[in-house]
This record gives sequence, C-alpha cells and structure tokens, in this order.
Amino acid sequence: MAEIRNYTVNFGPQHPAAHGVLRLILEMDGETVVRADPHIGLLHRATEKLAESKPFNQSIGYMDRLDYVSMMCNEHAYVMAIEKLMGIKPPKRAQYIRVMFAEVTRILNHLMWLGAHGLDIGAMTVFLYAFRERESLMDAYEAVSGARMHATYFRPGGVYRDLPEKMPQYKVSKFSNQKKVDELNENRQGSLLDYLWNFTESFPDRVDEYETLLTDNRIWKQRTVGVGVVSPERALQLGFSGPMLRGSGIEWDLRKKQPYEVYPELDFDIPVGSKGDCYDRYLVRIEEMRQSNRIIRQCIEWLRDNPGPVMLDNHKVTPPNRETMKNDMEALIHHFKLFTEGYCVPEGEVYVATEHPKGEFGIYLTSDGANKPYRLKIRAPGFAHLSAMNEMVKGHMLADVVAIIGTQDIVFGEIDR
Amino acid sequence: MDFMQLVTEGLWIVAKIVMILLPLILAVAYTTYAERKLIGYMQLRLGPNRVGPKGWLQPIADVIKLLMKEVVVPSGANKTLFLLAPILFIAPSFAAWAVVPFDAELVLSDTNAGLLYLLAMTSIAVYGVIIAGWASNSRYALIGSLRSASQIVSYEIAMGFALVAVLMAGGSMNLGDIVEAQNGSALHWFWIPLFPILVVYWISGVAETNRAPFDLPEGESEIVAGFHVEYAGMAFALFFLAEYANMILISVLTALFFFGGWLNPFQGIPYLEPATAWIPGTIWLLLKAAWFLFMMIWLRATFPRYRYDQIMRLGWKVFIPVTVVWLIVLTFWIKLEWGWWFDGRGLAQLAQTVGGAS
Repeated sequence: MAEIRNYTVNFGPQHPAAHGVLRLILEMDGETVVRADPHIGLLHRATEKLAESKPFNQSIGYMDRLDYVSMMCNEHAYVMAIEKLMGIKPPKRAQYIRVMFAEVTRILNHLMWLGAHGLDIGAMTVFLYAFRERESLMDAYEAVSGARMHATYFRPGGVYRDLPEKMPQYKVSKFSNQKKVDELNENRQGSLLDYLWNFTESFPDRVDEYETLLTDNRIWKQRTVGVGVVSPERALQLGFSGPMLRGSGIEWDLRKKQPYEVYPELDFDIPVGSKGDCYDRYLVRIEEMRQSNRIIRQCIEWLRDNPGPVMLDNHKVTPPNRETMKNDMEALIHHFKLFTEGYCVPEGEVYVATEHPKGEFGIYLTSDGANKPYRLKIRAPGFAHLSAMNEMVKGHMLADVVAIIGTQDIVFGEIDR
Repeated sequence: MDFMQLVTEGLWIVAKIVMILLPLILAVAYTTYAERKLIGYMQLRLGPNRVGPKGWLQPIADVIKLLMKEVVVPSGANKTLFLLAPILFIAPSFAAWAVVPFDAELVLSDTNAGLLYLLAMTSIAVYGVIIAGWASNSRYALIGSLRSASQIVSYEIAMGFALVAVLMAGGSMNLGDIVEAQNGSALHWFWIPLFPILVVYWISGVAETNRAPFDLPEGESEIVAGFHVEYAGMAFALFFLAEYANMILISVLTALFFFGGWLNPFQGIPYLEPATAWIPGTIWLLLKAAWFLFMMIWLRATFPRYRYDQIMRLGWKVFIPVTVVWLIVLTFWIKLEWGWWFDGRGLAQLAQTVGGAS
C-alpha cells in the first residue's frame, strides 16, 4: 500500500493573504490544516536596538513604523512612557488632541483591517469602501502633521503643534476643473475640527454600509461563525488583548480599566463578543469604530470650547517657539541643546501600556539617566496573537487560515519590530 | 457529391466557425473591459481609462502584453502536458458554441443531440484544469486543480438534472426546438414553470465557470491563482479566454433555456410587438445574455468567497435534491397540462394517441 503523507504548503512570505511577510508552514491533510508553523522575522528592523543609539525624541518616528496602520497609537505609548519617567504631564488640550487622534487612528486601523479581512474572505468591495473613509482620515493626519502616514506628531510634553485653523484645499489642475475642485473642497472650508466633525456626522452611515455588505451576508457568516474559536480562559492564557480578547467575551479595555490621558472624562462603551469566533471579533471591531466615532465627537466639542497651549512650557523638554529664540539668548540655548543633545531622562524603568487598536501595546523603558534609552522593549499585541495561530487554525480548512489571519489583524511591522 | 462540392462545403463551415469565433473572442475581450469598468464603478473607482478614449483599447493592450510575454515552464514541470492543458481547457469551451443557435436559422450545427453535446463539452474542460494543476509541479496549482475538479464534477450533476428538466419542458434536445417551444409571449417562457431549475442552473453555471463567489479554484487570497498559478503569457491568456467564453456561454444558454432565446419579449402585447418587430432575434438573445453576464459581474463585486466544504454542501445537499424534486413536480405539470406551457404533450394528447392506435 502506498504511503500517505501529509502535504506541506509554504504559505508566504510572498502571498496575497500573508498581510505583509508572514510565512506559514502549513501541514495539510487534504484541505484540512494539521499544523501551522508561523515563521517571523522577515521584517525585522531592530527598532528596539536603534532606539538605544538615539536621543529619545528621534525614536518617535520609528514608532510610527512599527504598526504602520495605527501610527499615532504607537507614538502614544512611547511618548507616555518618557513622560511618566520624567514625571511631566502635558496640558489638557494636548491630551484631548492625542486622544482624538488615537481614536482617529483606531478607526484607520479598523478600516484597514475590515478591508483586508473582507478581501481575504473574497469580498472585494468593502476594501474600497473602507479606503474611501481612510482617505478622509489620512487628510486629517496630513493637515495636522504634514505626513499622511508617519506623522511623528506626538511629543513628550504635548503634541508638535496645535490643530490647524484651515484645511488645505484642492487646487485646479489639468485633471480637475473648478467645479470638481469646489466639490472636493466643500467639506474643507472650516478648520480641521470642522472637517473631522463633518466626517463623524457621516461615518456611522458608512459603517452601516459596510455592515449591509457583510453582517447579515450568509456567505460571510458561513465563513466566520464558528471559525477560530478561542475560549475566554484560553484567550487569557495566550496573552490576547484588545478586540481578540473582547471577542472571546472578556471585558478588558485599558482605556476603562487603567485609564490614561482624558479617557475617564469621555463616555464610551466596550463591545464584547460571546462565542470568541471570527464573527464575534468582526462585530466587536465594527462596534469599536462606532464608539471611536463617539469619542472623537466628544473630543471635538471639548477642543472647540477650550483653546490653550498644546505643549509644556518646560523648555528642558520641549523646544521654545521660534519667535522668542530670535531675541532671547536662553531660548536659543535651549533650542540648541534640545536638538543636539536632547534631554536627559532620570534613571529608572517604566512600563506604559495603551489600548492600541490591536490590543495592549506596551513600552518598557529603562533609562540610566542618559539622553538615550538604556533599553527599550516593545510589547506588540500582534506577537501574542500570532503565536496562537497554530491553536486557532488546527483542524480548520485552508480557507479558514486566511480568515483567521484576517481576524487576528496582523501587521508585521509590530510583530517583527 | 463531387470533390469541389465537398471543398466548398468544408470552406463554408470553416467560414461559419470563424464568424462565430471572432466575435466571441472580441466579446471576451470586451467582457473583461466591461467587468473591470462595472466593478470599478461599483467600488467607487474608475476602472481602466488610460488606453484609448475611456479605456476602450485596454483589452487590446492586454492582448498585446500577453502575446509578448514569455511562457515560462517551471522546473520539474511536465512540459508536454503543461502546454497541452490550456488547449484542452479552451477547445471544449469554444466547441460548445457549435450548437448554440443565435436565431431561428442561425446555428452552426443544428443537431438533435445539442443538449447532450453541450453537457459533454462543458464537462470535458475539467481535464484541462486537472492536467494544468498536475503538470505545473506546484502545490498551490495542485490544490487548485483538485478543488476545481471536485467543484465542476459536483455542479455538473445539478446542472445535468436542470438540463433534464429543460429537456422535458422543451420536449427536444435541439436547442432551437427548445426555444420554439417557448413561443407565445414572455409568460410562455420556461422561467415560470422552471423557476427553481432556473435558479439552480444559473448558480451551477456560475460555479462551473469558477466565478465568484465560487472562485475557490483560483481563490487568490488562499491559493493565489489556483491551477493556473504557474502560467504566464499566452498560456495564461488561453485559460482566461476560456473562462470568459464559458461565462458568455452560460449566459447565452440561460437566455435560451429559460428566457425564450431570440424571441421578442413583447410578443403578444398590442402596439409593443409590432413596434419592436424590426429588431432581429439575435439582438434580443444578446441583450438577455448580457443581462446574465452583468449579474455574474455583479455577484463578484458583492459576495465573499465560499469555503470548499460549503460549496460541496450547497451542490450536493441543496441543488441536487431541489432539481430531483422539481423534476417530479414537472412531470405531473406536463402530464396534467397546467397552464399554457406544455400544450399538446399532456394526458389528453396521450389519450388521443392511445385512442387512435386502438
């Protein structure tokens, strides 16, 4: 009798559903997956080591590039870690701006996830719908920081600058005439806050639109209900966090349980799943988008009523403004010191965790009192989720592997770091 | 029959084949264009709009690109079979058009076994897929070809049963006769008595052509491109061509079997019928087929992909029972001559025949 062997398939790293550079060695029995062995490290850029050789502020940009679909949330944890170590607290307005942009980022991340997850399961259209909204939010990023993705907007002691009073406008070109440009500029007449307010007005309807395509779709439900089930106990043991944990029915959100910044002043709910399958996690993330929308609206209202500084006045940490530098010797010295040596952070170690769109994103920072971190350790939520891959896909079919990669919301920037 | 006559007749047949194939290939090219444009608009994009005005030359550019590309034979592949597979796949999908009537008299081969021939031709294509998957020496291709094989075989059965129902309703295996049996008005078409069969046939047709949401033989997010993952250039183009030719075929057949083919939809309606009488039947057929083609494209933009076991369940546990049950219902329907669809083939006719014989 012929020997029957399992079939080994090399899934990735060049694979349309590998979400970057995931390499999975799949041992298959027909269509059924017997074992999945994730191989990582193909996007390793030594972020943690690089941070050890640079003044604190220069690593903020590296944080953007960790999880490159939720840029400002990565910065948030890093910046908060430095602040905690130095014992400073940014002005209230800066905190509101940070929270607002953290939630904008959460929507950005979840939209990207929704599109990619849909595409993995074969629903192409959601992807492009989601990208329409991403585009608007990217414009907000651009207006505030000048960069559409890697913003480097949060700083220890506040944010780089206040929200712009005017949104950038489209201009007439050979591709778009005056009428088209007027149409494009219609919601850009006011400030950034007006622009975002406008977005939050229409966004819930847009989410409804995605839901009509997926939530009650029989095929979508067949593909996600009962796939990749993780029990609440197991989810805790595996180190899950964020929507992965909440999908399994555990009500855990750092924004509520270990509140930071101005989250205690904001009103929002934590969606929780019941069965812990892909469908529950899908519902949780969809609801999170709606909740983020609520938070953004509250932030906008507060920010409209409360103008003020967005940066600490402590010029040992934050740069002085350009004008004072022109006729104040001390300001010039501060500026020079800050942009050459940076600032020194007192000796000690600190762990700061934030509710990143993907889960608990933590920065563990050790300082020996120098102007650079002695050691920086990044706790990436995706890493723990990916390590559960084998357990989640075992016994499922090849097509479910793709659904599970999608539901884990894996981004290799943060896993490989 | 002398030699010259034989030659001219042969040449005439070749000319007719060319007259079908050339428009077909053009139709395939512009179906891809239509698909990209339509899905583009459904997805808030513009679709191709750079080559030629409104992108009309895009399919031509694609053809040129594919022609210029090298056909790479992967190492360890069985070269003969690897190159044979696309031909095996495309030949039947073109051959099937031989029995498709475009109008009452406009058909290449007016055979009485047309329906059987169609079934045979659409089933044979699976060999091309299996050989392509095996000869590529790639695991993704092999999985894709196995998926495709099981899918085509499973849906072949549901489709076969559906065609049996059409055959019973039409009382003939000749496609022209089936259309003629629907003559009368839009309410005489078989879509009313055969409605469940229509649904089964249509969905099986989508599954047979490996189109979304049944596109798992080439499910790009799972097995990249399935059985044709290793093909490039013209070899790939043949698979592509065949897939779209099959799509068009299924659309045309649906129009023929259930929607009166070339018959005027306004038949029997005063004023409208004489007003549209000048429109040739072929146009009606193509319009009806275009609608089903549009539906296929629409499906692709709307639905996620099925999983392998779900596709099998749908085929075996839903479609086959539905068709079998409806076959029985249809038997009684025909014999009891409910409605106006099956005049002259019911019990009364039977009694008359028997009475006449005795």
